[in-house]
Amino acid sequence: MHEVDMTKCLLLSLQEWKRGQEPLTPVVAAVHLQVGDFTCVEPEALRFTFAAAVEGTWLDGSTLEIDTVPLRARCLGCSDVYAPDPDQAYRSPCCDRPMEEIVSGRELRIRSVDYSLPHQTSDPAAVPSR
Amino acid sequence: MHMPLSDTLGLNLMAANQHQAEHNREHFEAWNLLCLNVMSSPGAGKTSLLERTITALAPQLEMAVLEGDMTTQLDAQRLEAVGVPVVPITTGRACHLDAAMVSGGLRQLQAQLNPADLDLLWVENVGNLVCPAEFEVGEHLKVALLSVTEGDDKPLKYPVMFREADCVLITKVDLLPYLPVEVERIEAHIRAVNPGAVVFQVSASSGAGLEAWHQWVLTTTRAHTRPSVLAEVG
Repeated sequence: MHEVDMTKCLLLSLQEWKRGQEPLTPVVAAVHLQVGDFTCVEPEALRFTFAAAVEGTWLDGSTLEIDTVPLRARCLGCSDVYAPDPDQAYRSPCCDRPMEEIVSGRELRIRSVDYSLPHQTSDPAAVPSR
Repeated sequence: MHMPLSDTLGLNLMAANQHQAEHNREHFEAWNLLCLNVMSSPGAGKTSLLERTITALAPQLEMAVLEGDMTTQLDAQRLEAVGVPVVPITTGRACHLDAAMVSGGLRQLQAQLNPADLDLLWVENVGNLVCPAEFEVGEHLKVALLSVTEGDDKPLKYPVMFREADCVLITKVDLLPYLPVEVERIEAHIRAVNPGAVVFQVSASSGAGLEAWHQWVLTTTRAHTRPSVLAEVG
């Protein structure tokens, strides 16, 4: 269950982002991730651990939206981009070359955060003008 | 009243671990040592290999080991018996080392010795072919082991580990006569997911292939810790 540790990493990154919003406390609706197929992350396990980890915290009520990114590699024989298949040893179907250049599939990215900021009547200047 | 906002972060999910890993690497650079992260499934022969390799290279290199183990200190004791400083890192439930654990190990190491006296720091990771591949600890290079008894399909089943490795050792080749596996197939599958990997076929028990591997470790360490020598030669 290394997704638990990955969730910890994710929460640390989000806390850092939250500090950047001070003195306001953002109310987060959704956290969007991009998770590549060629990583050791199981999106379902990540969703599960995230839901458990944020309970009772400032992120309670937020959802984790995960976009999976397919594995794609570029064949260095003909420059074609192909979908490597484990059953074909990830080799390129065009020139039968090994998987040299990975184009996508290694992503483990926090893409964006949907949130809202409460209006602070005491200090209106603190509300960013977006 | 709330207004809906969206911030594009584009942050790496593992950013927190990576920051710590970079911090560890800065220490390694300051101490002018090479750090190798050794990974494999449980029982592939990491500790046996390190026993042989450390013994063989001890006359030429100053070495220490950070030994990751989930519950016991058995591996640490085996390596201490070889006569090298070992810091055990018991990970508890975690099935891999992360950069923060290694940072803690480095502090313990500093209590024992001056790391600047070292040429090479081995990190023996927890036996696991999945997670350690995603958790950088600050190493310069990753070394993955695959024993012939695990079967030739493992590089295809656990491709991230073998893709990320800079060097792959096919271990226990002395057992090949007794197994229905072809070592060529294992190596072909490693090269299919990682054409750039340096691959060695070794046996820690018979000693087969160890010389080439030891030479690689020595050359890589020297190239890293004494870049000025290369510059002078050139």
